[in-house]
Amino acid sequence: MTGRFKNGILIAAVLALAIIPLIMAGQPSVGPDGIKTELFKGSDDQASATIQTLAPNYKPWFTSLYTPPSTEIESLLFALQAAIGAGFIGYYIGYARGRAKRQIPQMLASHDSPEIRTSGCLFSDKNAERTI
Amino acid sequence: MHIMEGFLPVAHAASWGAVSTLCVGFGLRSISRAVKDKPELKMLLGVSTAFTFILSALKLPSVTGSCSHPTGTGLGAILFGPLAMAPISAIVLLFQALLLAHGGITTLGANVFSMGVVGPIVGYGIYRLGRAVALPTGLTIFLAAALADLATYITTACQLAMAFPDPTGGFSASLVKFLGVFAITQIPLAISEGLLTVLIYSFIQKHSGQELTSLGFNLSGGEERI
Repeated sequence: MTGRFKNGILIAAVLALAIIPLIMAGQPSVGPDGIKTELFKGSDDQASATIQTLAPNYKPWFTSLYTPPSTEIESLLFALQAAIGAGFIGYYIGYARGRAKRQIPQMLASHDSPEIRTSGCLFSDKNAERTI
Repeated sequence: MHIMEGFLPVAHAASWGAVSTLCVGFGLRSISRAVKDKPELKMLLGVSTAFTFILSALKLPSVTGSCSHPTGTGLGAILFGPLAMAPISAIVLLFQALLLAHGGITTLGANVFSMGVVGPIVGYGIYRLGRAVALPTGLTIFLAAALADLATYITTACQLAMAFPDPTGGFSASLVKFLGVFAITQIPLAISEGLLTVLIYSFIQKHSGQELTSLGFNLSGGEERI
């Protein structure tokens, strides 16, 4: 099984795990007030609701210093968080592949080092071409 | 796993804060030691941090009809040991507490403890165990990351049950309720996190073999390869 094939299966499985619940959920039921109930609420919010049923008299004693003014702004900031992470991973992938490409010709030119055969980071560059 | 701002009684918030401060301190020491000896590890440390940034921003739908997010801490725990993820998680959680009103300053200690301490310890423990009983590397990485994710959410449920015991059933009845909110929703997400961690680990292994070797991974024997 090639690396590319294996990576494809991994990515497909992650996508399936995210998409299947969306399909299974169907239509939201309509509440007594005629408004459709919201599906896929955050589990953190549900936990806060559970706290209110367990301890109805509990009042949060501190509120957030800053709350995004709308869900749009909130999703903007979540996207920013993911973008920072994805940006760095992208930088690393480019850096690592570029480094591997530079090293192989050098190593081959100098001498037939056994390191080339054993250290997978150098020799598997051909796979990298296909996997990413 | 984010306990919302103000949703832990003062005594609980302060205790978790104290424990987590200690863990973040130990974590910073372990990171600075690793990086001082081998500056080339900074890149992988950055990758571990970035992975946590991405995964904890992904709110994914789950079979229970609610949404939750993975944590991304398993990768760093496998690479750098369990302590290193406490400060990294603290950075991510602080970002979310200050800018997103997700979690909070008063609950930061409790959230760092579940995401940055318990999750990574479980992940690292599973990883060592998997190696010890010679499970295939891919499976070991998958289990370590998935169970680190799940352990984080179970910890959050325990923290909430301790703070808000059921008026009649006490801690255990309350724990069942909070586990009902967190644990089952989290199972498919933990699987996703395990799969994504295997994906990134296999790339790191392929392209940063030297750094992994300097972290003590025995790649030449082939047994730690995916």
